[in-house]
Amino acid sequence: MRRCLTSIALCLLLGLPITVMAADKPYFYPYVNPLEATVMELPPYYHADIPDKVPTRTFKVYPFPEREIPKVFWYEDGLVCSLTYQKKEAPLIFIIAGTGARHNSPKMVNLQKALYQAGYHVVSITSPTHMNFIVNASSTMTPGNLREDAKDLYNVMQLAMAEVKDDINVSSYSLTGYSLGGIQSAFISMLDEEKKVFDFERVLLINPPVNLYTSVNILDEMLENIPGGVNNFDAWFDNVMKKLAEAEKAMGYFELNGDYIYKAYKRFPPREDFLAALVGVSFRTDSASMIFAADVMKGGGFITPTDVKMTNSTALTPYYVVANRTSFEDYFSEHFVPFFQKIDPSLTEEKMIKLLSLHSIEPYLKSALKIGLLHNEDDIILAPGEIGYLEQLFGSRAKIFPTGGHCGNMNHQDAVDFMVSFFAGQEG
Amino acid sequence: MTLLRKSRMVLLVLLLSVFFLSGCSTLPKPGPDTVPAIRQQADLVPEGTQLDVEVYDPIEGFNRGAYRFNYYFDKYLLLPVVSVYKFIMPDYAEDRVSNFVDNIFEFNNFTNNLLQLKFKETGVTLSRFVINTTVGVAGLWDPATHWGIHRQKEDFGQTLGHYGVGHGPYLVLPVFGPSNLRDTTGLVTDAVAFSVAGPPAWVDDDATTMVFTVVSGIDKRKRMPFRYYGSGSPFEYEQIRLLYTKNREMEIAK
Repeated sequence: MRRCLTSIALCLLLGLPITVMAADKPYFYPYVNPLEATVMELPPYYHADIPDKVPTRTFKVYPFPEREIPKVFWYEDGLVCSLTYQKKEAPLIFIIAGTGARHNSPKMVNLQKALYQAGYHVVSITSPTHMNFIVNASSTMTPGNLREDAKDLYNVMQLAMAEVKDDINVSSYSLTGYSLGGIQSAFISMLDEEKKVFDFERVLLINPPVNLYTSVNILDEMLENIPGGVNNFDAWFDNVMKKLAEAEKAMGYFELNGDYIYKAYKRFPPREDFLAALVGVSFRTDSASMIFAADVMKGGGFITPTDVKMTNSTALTPYYVVANRTSFEDYFSEHFVPFFQKIDPSLTEEKMIKLLSLHSIEPYLKSALKIGLLHNEDDIILAPGEIGYLEQLFGSRAKIFPTGGHCGNMNHQDAVDFMVSFFAGQEG
Repeated sequence: MTLLRKSRMVLLVLLLSVFFLSGCSTLPKPGPDTVPAIRQQADLVPEGTQLDVEVYDPIEGFNRGAYRFNYYFDKYLLLPVVSVYKFIMPDYAEDRVSNFVDNIFEFNNFTNNLLQLKFKETGVTLSRFVINTTVGVAGLWDPATHWGIHRQKEDFGQTLGHYGVGHGPYLVLPVFGPSNLRDTTGLVTDAVAFSVAGPPAWVDDDATTMVFTVVSGIDKRKRMPFRYYGSGSPFEYEQIRLLYTKNREMEIAK
């Protein structure tokens, strides 16, 4: 508000029309429904003004060079990361992808472009829930344990720096991540306070869950919007294809791009339950890959038999069918907790649930003024009351937009402006 | 020339299929200490359910081999060629090539719309070809789409499907990628029709036809964002098989 008044005063002083100068144009997001905001692509008009291409190269790191990779993952060889580089000396920002996403997912690429434009080197890191990370870079091969994942990520970040240090000149380090990568960033930051390898200047959590267990279950339960449940997926999917065909017929053509989807969406507004099911399916697809990789890497027993030889020609369909019918809850209680109980017998499910949350590191988050938050009031992964908790926890270090769903507005001009000013030290 | 090469390749594919079919089991071999999984399909899916993901794939061992072959073929030959092409050509010229190629292949859209007795779409295709060849300067530009006259894609696999031919066994073709017996038959038929009665026959110059075949192949790959093992899922083969089959069903139904 004060900035708004200042700019109006400036306008009056300089005799400029107020509309031209009004820097604090109110935030507008075209989707009010949080599910739509999450699923639909932001129409190009609202996109942040970022370059089309930025200088980026990929490279690999090998945290476990001795590890023997099962033949069924014959195409896996090293964790792929990417570097977006400035020619001159510049600060560097690590970015951590969300659940199931790679270093080059569309959201990651947008972040690379926005941060490059603002003058940073960027190192992009694949999510520890992605097969590529589980196979090559996870020490426990059991993703989801935030403290363990943070250690693995911290290790990868150091190896990545060793890989690129000769090519770039770095003045300081910062860190960010969205969704699961957001909450992981908080844990990495805490680890860094102790290890001091990077001594992060600023850490931004973008749309993180407050409690991982709660958020993942919210996403997982969206699958119940398929009438009849997962075993009725085929009928639901046929219906989706039919609808797509109808839309194509009505519009006279089909194109797979944001503009077309937006046009189709305007003409045939999707139903709420359909959008929710779509989020659920997308999440389950990612988690199915994660669970299979985690199980096979540890010798099987959960969704694959133990001691079987899987080769590069093995039919995986039966495991795919099972993985798609395995909820996060199943993974959590039948695989995840028992695995960590072997290491620490005193561990219980309740204890683990508590550990997987921002609550568990609350004192640190309160005291670490370098950490900021970018979130949306209508984020679908948050339980009632959690946004209030975050506001209270981060105070003036939190920027919370009223709409945008889960990470739907990351490419919005206002969100990008906030990120850039946060890393420049002008916010929070 | 191309025709001969293509039909020879299909023959080779079929021969190889038979070869692999005879000697390749795709189920994992249990060892002496095998303990069954906690979660198994039999407990999770009602008995006798036929799932869409279980696409008829009797030569899966061969298909997975071909899928793997394509990964390497892409990685070491096709994609490097595409990047050289992209490096040499300005983006603007690349778009002209794409339009040109699409315009030439309107021939197959025309014949297959006609074979399916879709007269309106046949007319649209013909007018697109005329407009783009004249106003669009030999097809280098695509004013037809700009005016709302959209491409009506049809191929012989769709024509067969239109008349009730089922997809048959799933096939992964070396180089060409996901297909099935029906669509492979379609692919060959379209290629034959194209070279016997289409633009190559009109031009009647082997060198021109060969240049076009190579450039259109590169252009086609360039426009396809798909990368083998780029999805990050261990189940990519299953997912592509399902999506391919479903997508073709949709294209045939429309």
